[in-house]
Amino acid sequence: MAPTQEAKAKGTALLDSFKASSWQSRIAMAIVVALLLLLLVQAIKDPGQFVSQLLVGITNGAIIALIALGYTLVYGIVELINFAHGDNFMIGSFVGVTVLSGTFLGLGFFAPIGDESGAAMKIVGVLLALVVAMVLCGLINVGIERVAYKPLRNSPRLAVLITAIGMSFILQNLGLVWKGSSQISFPSLVSDSNALAGITDAISYRWKDIFVVLVTIPLLVGLSYFIQRTRQGKAMRAVAQDKEAAAMMGINVNRTISVAFLLGGILAGASGVMFGLFNGTTVFDLGFRQGLFAFTAAVLGGIGNLTGAVLGGILIGVIGAMNDQYIGVRWTDIVIFTVLILVLVFRPRGLLGDRSAVQGGGGQQ
Amino acid sequence: MMPAKKYALPAGLILLAFLFPLINGALGVNLMFPVIVVAVYVMLALGLNIVVGFAGLLDLGFVAFYALGAYVVGWFASTHFNEVSFSLFSALPTQGVSGRELPGIHVSFWLLLIGAGAFAALWGVIIGAPTLRLRGDYLAIVTLGFGEIIPRFFVNGDNIFGYNLTNGTIGIKGIDSPGFSFLPDSLRTWQQFGTLDLNPWYYTILVLVLVTIFVNIRLRDSRLGRAWIAVREDETAAAAMGVNTTTTKLWAYALGAVFGGLAGAFYGAFIKSIFPSSFSFNISVLVLCMVILGGMGNIYGVILGAILLQGINFYLLPQANEWVHAIGEALGSPLLASADLPKYNYFLFGILLVTMMLLRPEGIVPNRQRQEEFREEDEALVETVGG
Repeated sequence: MAPTQEAKAKGTALLDSFKASSWQSRIAMAIVVALLLLLLVQAIKDPGQFVSQLLVGITNGAIIALIALGYTLVYGIVELINFAHGDNFMIGSFVGVTVLSGTFLGLGFFAPIGDESGAAMKIVGVLLALVVAMVLCGLINVGIERVAYKPLRNSPRLAVLITAIGMSFILQNLGLVWKGSSQISFPSLVSDSNALAGITDAISYRWKDIFVVLVTIPLLVGLSYFIQRTRQGKAMRAVAQDKEAAAMMGINVNRTISVAFLLGGILAGASGVMFGLFNGTTVFDLGFRQGLFAFTAAVLGGIGNLTGAVLGGILIGVIGAMNDQYIGVRWTDIVIFTVLILVLVFRPRGLLGDRSAVQGGGGQQ
Repeated sequence: MMPAKKYALPAGLILLAFLFPLINGALGVNLMFPVIVVAVYVMLALGLNIVVGFAGLLDLGFVAFYALGAYVVGWFASTHFNEVSFSLFSALPTQGVSGRELPGIHVSFWLLLIGAGAFAALWGVIIGAPTLRLRGDYLAIVTLGFGEIIPRFFVNGDNIFGYNLTNGTIGIKGIDSPGFSFLPDSLRTWQQFGTLDLNPWYYTILVLVLVTIFVNIRLRDSRLGRAWIAVREDETAAAAMGVNTTTTKLWAYALGAVFGGLAGAFYGAFIKSIFPSSFSFNISVLVLCMVILGGMGNIYGVILGAILLQGINFYLLPQANEWVHAIGEALGSPLLASADLPKYNYFLFGILLVTMMLLRPEGIVPNRQRQEEFREEDEALVETVGG
């Protein structure tokens, strides 16, 4: 008796919530369901291709999620869209390619690490590139905050957004002057052969994809640990909730904000190097597009919400990959920017709601 | 006495502007082309000033209206739609050299100006309407999204379900010249504007700019202009005083877009070929820089900002480049002799945006009200947050 009654109650609740929903959200739901059905048809037609594309999307999504976390961390605390963040990501990929070349400012530190290097050398090279890019991007982000955002903390919001655009232009020009305007190719250190070759040929899941996931998960676990368990993480959650109250409790607000920028920069640096290794190339204006994608992801998940940023990143990655496969690569940008606009206009709180930054969020684990 | 004094400077400047082609010819400096381009940017900056300066809505996708205006001229005054043949008051002879009818749609430029303005205004409302509920920075990102989507649509528009709407990255070429075909033959260059004699172009854009300035001034001092300021300063208070914030903001988008569209239409006809790549995000930021540098909300400041920045971009940077090369050669320094200064122009814009916001957010020629807003908020917040 009891379970059926419960089910009935659930049913009426669902019906009520449907009745209470606005016509806009009903249309939105209908469109989403229709698109999912279309995808399902494709999935049934060629499951191998669909799953491969899904996996590529998740990999791309992981890279986007790491950038999105930087947007969301900063927004959760200072309510600023750090427009220069995408360009910081681009600088991260440039740092990575420079480290791998072994030469900086005309000084050769070690022989370039390339396709022919031994396996041990490759691992060392990748780790070194990741660490150097993470440290540098973190410091750049902190520096940008000090120079361009901190003095304006009490100004109108638009003033800070405009300096952020200015910093974005400066970083982009830095990249242009540093490496020129053409595509820069990364050495292919991670094999792009299929990891599932022995098991099935229908689904392609390359070692590259595994590499991205293997780097992303520890970063997310580390971030989650930092925010949930450490003193500084607790301070971040407090500042995100209420800056004044946190300051009164003796929390150093300025340092906490710097730490948020540092964390964002570190993740962007790692993401930049992974993007380069995964896609094989990078270019000076990469940050604009990729940064907008990541911002879309952050908003889609609910800005300020760390779990949301990861979820949003993966969703954006999958949407992009599905669009690449079934509609056409050239429409991908338009589709994702449309998602950005639709989310901002119809659900600015995002899918999971914009819980202020870190509060209870943590990584997705 | 007072009115005479008040109008002396603007009248003098307008006179100077009308005599500029003569001065240009007398000095032989050959500045007609850059000056026309600068004037296009003055129009764009004045259009953006309505949205950003008057109504306080940060628009990061203003280039979309510029692009739409240009494509209206591209579509309706070229051979692009060559499957039809249609002419309406066009300055071109209706029959081609071979005696056959010209392919494509050819509408008079003067009608297209109105059409481009209206089309851009329509899109201003379409883009503006959904963003009305959003807060400042979210609104900026939505406009940025639209500003990215529209040029990308023009890139991909060469194959919309198989139909070639925009000719993709190749763009639309061979756009008709405007002209007054009813004029006598003695005024040949005015019958159909040519590429050799730039005077007709110059006077056209000059009149357009003057109209823009006039409309801007009248708007600023109108009931609508005061409503914009009220909404900018405190939206809730404005709504409580009976200002309809929805229509007020929509008017700002629509009117700002009109001038963007007009500038785009003129530019398309002047350059004669338009490509999606000439309507990138950088143009939006460049125009925004002009508005901020000159002083948001101040019409004369914005004009000055546009002239300064475009002057730096087109004239000073290449010039300084040569100076640096000369110095480098004199000193025997290969680094200076081969420097490429125009490469650094984004640095310049970036640093300009940052330093202006840090040191003088109200711009070179501030709008007094705007200046107080920037200062006031500083102080009020410093008090509550206490550093």
